[in-house]
Amino acid sequence: MGAFENIIIILYLALIGYLGFLGYKQTKNTTDYLIAGRDTHPFIMALSYGATFISTAAIVGFGGVAAWLGNSLLWLTFFNIIIGIFAAFVFLGNPTRKMGYRLNAHTFPELLGKRYNSKFIQMFGGSIVLLFMPLYATAVLIGGTHFISLYFQVDYHAALLVFSLIITVYVIAGGLKGVMLTDALQGTIMFIAMIILMFVTFDALGGIDQAFSKLDNVWTQTVGSLSDTSLKELQPGGPDFMMKLSTLWGFTGWNSMPSFMGPGWLFVITTITLGVGIGVLAQPQLIVRFMTVKSKQELNRAVLIGGVFIVSMTGIIFIVGSLTNAWYYEFNDGKNALQSAGSIGKVIPHFINTAMPKWFSFIFLFALISAAMSTLSSQFHTMGTAVGRDLIQQIKPKSNSVTVTRLGIIVMISFSVSLAYAFNEQPAIIARSTAIFFALCASIFLPSYIAGLFWKRMTKKGAIASMLVGLISSSFWLVFVHFKEAKALGIAKALTGSHSVLSGKIIFVDALIIALPLSIITAIVVSLMTKKMDGKHLDKCFSD
Amino acid sequence: MTGADFGVNLAFYLTIFSTLICVAYGTLNWNKGSTDKSKGVKNWARTEDKIDEGL
Repeated sequence: MGAFENIIIILYLALIGYLGFLGYKQTKNTTDYLIAGRDTHPFIMALSYGATFISTAAIVGFGGVAAWLGNSLLWLTFFNIIIGIFAAFVFLGNPTRKMGYRLNAHTFPELLGKRYNSKFIQMFGGSIVLLFMPLYATAVLIGGTHFISLYFQVDYHAALLVFSLIITVYVIAGGLKGVMLTDALQGTIMFIAMIILMFVTFDALGGIDQAFSKLDNVWTQTVGSLSDTSLKELQPGGPDFMMKLSTLWGFTGWNSMPSFMGPGWLFVITTITLGVGIGVLAQPQLIVRFMTVKSKQELNRAVLIGGVFIVSMTGIIFIVGSLTNAWYYEFNDGKNALQSAGSIGKVIPHFINTAMPKWFSFIFLFALISAAMSTLSSQFHTMGTAVGRDLIQQIKPKSNSVTVTRLGIIVMISFSVSLAYAFNEQPAIIARSTAIFFALCASIFLPSYIAGLFWKRMTKKGAIASMLVGLISSSFWLVFVHFKEAKALGIAKALTGSHSVLSGKIIFVDALIIALPLSIITAIVVSLMTKKMDGKHLDKCFSD
Repeated sequence: MTGADFGVNLAFYLTIFSTLICVAYGTLNWNKGSTDKSKGVKNWARTEDKIDEGL
């Protein structure tokens, strides 16, 4: 490593340290520590929201999936922007912010608990975060640590300890202010890296039109040639096996949609597009950011910044991921991306190292570390608030919020780091934890959250029933039916001898598609069957 | 997008369109919604001031 690289690393760590210290200095009370004092700048809020949402897995993992399945993944980018940013900020942001003020809520489970006047709901929400977010955090932690250990050629466990220690210090000291300030810096680095990546890729392929037009020929030459080969003749999980599998799922090229309602279409549209695109609306670590601004103006401004940020993240990485096939074909002996890199997860790192100039590899590494750090710091903070504010303080109301949250953060970081320490290669269950967390959160929280903001007739019993139905139905689908999670968990296999208790195309349908409608119907039916909530309480929730 | 089918082209242009919607919405409402006169906000601000004074 040269002197220039050392200087950049020191500068980066110094800036992170300074922003964490700034958060610490500005934190005077519980509101500052838990929801950044409700006076966050729109630029910081929008970048923090985006950077928390986009983890290393979103860039490397989904970029690799785009290299495998192609540009149909752009449907997810469209949903990320129109649902994850526009609908979230314009329709949900301000009502969430205002109800948070009125009820003096400091966490997402607390907002739900106070809206429905139920300690159980707050503790149940906190418990869901506590049970399922550590696996999601562990996946991000393992991903980020691997890049550090590979690039700097250091031991995985040593890299893990240093990496997690840096995050621990600024999350514990600076609270949400420290988290959001560092998120903004990390988001800026990610944005710059992705813009450069897009320009360098298009330049290498002779321009935008030229680049896209090459994909069809590469598919014909490298995937079309497998038409006479059966799947059994190929090495399971290998590059050609995966490409052949994609054709059996209904994919006909990187520039084409898979055949309508086929396995590939169900996977891209239900699991990737709707699972992540809608699931984002119910993420506790993102919703809490609406409560960190003081007026609707900040949310209005954040729409612009967030929209541009997200298109620069998933939009660019999906297109670049897909175009890596054209680059490799041209510059690597007529091979496609998977044949060149070896596997889906290796495509983006391999492409950066072979196709990009050396100086950019270093910048991109920082973008990946930043993506991991920004997601992790928010996860640790949210898990800490779940332990401190949503659980311990409900049992011991006189305990100090900041102290118990700090303790909660330490406990949850220790737990996540222990998991990452034990599994330096992601077990299948951890690799699927992001999808599991998104499906669970949407099915459990979304009906109670949205109805809580807009429907006064929604009752406490309706909310509890909806959450329980969401939990049970999504868990059942994840454990026993969906082809990815059910296989990774292995419970269905152990009990029934088969990876899924159902068969046919239905196993490609995401848990959210089944569990969310059930959860919505339960919320409506039970609320209409039960007594309206007290008028005075509703006034407190809805009236200024 | 050159060479892309209808579904992929639709996703691509909807992505561009939705980004433009975000940009247009943010620009048109840049200075709107700055004053929040709700009682909840006032109460919260009053409590915060008291805490700050106490500190």
